[in-house]
Amino acid sequence: MPTFLQEARLKRQVVQDMLFRNLTRLAAFAVLALLAAIIASLVVGSMPAIHAFGFGFLTSSVWDPVKDEYGALVPIVGTLVTSGIALLIAIPVSFGIAIFLTELSPNWLRRPLGIAVELLAGIPSIIYGMWGLFVFAPLFGDYVEPWINNHIGKMPLIGPFFSGPPMGIGMLTAGIILAIMVIPFIASVMRDVFDVVPAMLKESAYGLGSTTWEVMWNVVLPYTRIGVVGGIMLGLGRALGETMAVTFVIGNANQLNKSLFMPGNSIASALANEFNEAVGTLYTSSLIELGLILFFITFVVLSLARLLLLKMAQREGHGA
Amino acid sequence: MTAEQIISAPKVIVRDLNFYYGADRALKDINLVIPEKMVTAFIGPSGCGKSTLLRTFNRMYELYPKQRATGEILLDGENLLDKKQDLNTLRAKIGMVFQKPTPFPMSIYDNITFGVKLYEKLSSHEMDDRVEWALKKAALWNEVKDKLNQSGTGLSGGQQQRLCIARAIAVKPQVLLLDEPTSALDPISTAHIEKLIDELKKDFTIVIVTHNMQQAARVSDFTAYMYLGDLIEFGDTSTVFTNPKRKETEDYITGRFG
Repeated sequence: MPTFLQEARLKRQVVQDMLFRNLTRLAAFAVLALLAAIIASLVVGSMPAIHAFGFGFLTSSVWDPVKDEYGALVPIVGTLVTSGIALLIAIPVSFGIAIFLTELSPNWLRRPLGIAVELLAGIPSIIYGMWGLFVFAPLFGDYVEPWINNHIGKMPLIGPFFSGPPMGIGMLTAGIILAIMVIPFIASVMRDVFDVVPAMLKESAYGLGSTTWEVMWNVVLPYTRIGVVGGIMLGLGRALGETMAVTFVIGNANQLNKSLFMPGNSIASALANEFNEAVGTLYTSSLIELGLILFFITFVVLSLARLLLLKMAQREGHGA
Repeated sequence: MTAEQIISAPKVIVRDLNFYYGADRALKDINLVIPEKMVTAFIGPSGCGKSTLLRTFNRMYELYPKQRATGEILLDGENLLDKKQDLNTLRAKIGMVFQKPTPFPMSIYDNITFGVKLYEKLSSHEMDDRVEWALKKAALWNEVKDKLNQSGTGLSGGQQQRLCIARAIAVKPQVLLLDEPTSALDPISTAHIEKLIDELKKDFTIVIVTHNMQQAARVSDFTAYMYLGDLIEFGDTSTVFTNPKRKETEDYITGRFG
């Protein structure tokens, strides 16, 4: 190739490189800009409500469109409680699924089961909602809740949370449906991170005479903790923001009850149900503030997860 | 004279051992005696079955489907391959160290106590003693005694491997299996480990798989040369290296092959 052609080619490459670098930079910064724009519009939109109710918005359980008085306590509690129930159920079940898929399952079952888990993650949430309302809730109300009433409901301390009219729908049902929805997410992330643990590391633990459980709990889980926490956060993020399925089964009542059998409300569900009917600045603004709170909760949860990982790393000795 | 007659104190006796990866026969009628408190080396070209043979001693292959062994491996007369043998108790009796250091993601102290806690209930004082004992045996104590609470993954490669040896001997196994323990280490760390092996054979029966013939010559008392799943020759190391009985062995150790 003649030299001048080579030089031209070199120049073109430099330009291409620069273009490409700036393009990726633009894409990365677009994310930041979007985030900022969303936060800004949420804050601006909720200003009227913030001015009208101040911090009382967070602690008041009144939600009265007629008197134009709003408080976010019920949906906040509903969101946190249903997501909490979901994780409480989903984490151990997902851990079990992931252990089975990576360690115990015979080879021929591994792929079909793995694909089934992934398919479960792909089901649209509206279907979970419909299934929850028409199939799960009646069965749950007829068979499971009476049993819980009779057994757990009589226990001291936790009893009041697990007794009440067995209606089928309510906070507990919403939590369980959420659990079913987030299990595939958490389980598939756990399986993926367990899969990349070096075989030799596991063999070292087996070689000392550990059982499968001891290997998973004491070696694999610490080794993969960042991925596992990431998977749980992914699930939690979905649970916190899940709208349709929760709306179907939570009962949508703005009331605060000790009993998990009673209907409640979540932030996402309240937004979905009421935005259409919201008239007046304060009503709309209060709903937007709910959105802002949901955003904030998610942010705090993610930060706490980071902090947790940092603490664990320190305890293990990296920070020392 | 057979190997069984040469060795007066057999620790492990392998009889008619065959090993299969699915339909592939990877070990063919292996008969072998591992002498007590000595170092036995398995040498041979890649894929000859030396690691496979080592992994039958603690039945590590059972973690994987379609791998199976037939025959007998007797540890002090007890057949390890017997299905009635409790696998975890068996593995506690037979320690293993791998090609690459595999420190657990926890502190140095916890790495050592990991295996001990599974089978023994020790007071914290006794546990401290055990950790010190194991780390001293593995010639690591002086380097880590002030940072037992730091992560085991923060040590250098050679230190990590000695940590793994300490972890393996902390449970006081009877046999120590070393699967190419220095293949990922620099020459100085390798020399450390080799010196350590010489020390450890006072207390443990050691079986080492190595790619490195000089290493086998340096550290072992007995050597088994394997090729394509067959045990070609077995005898005391000096004989195997200076006066091999079989032509194949001679070709391999003189570098004409493999």
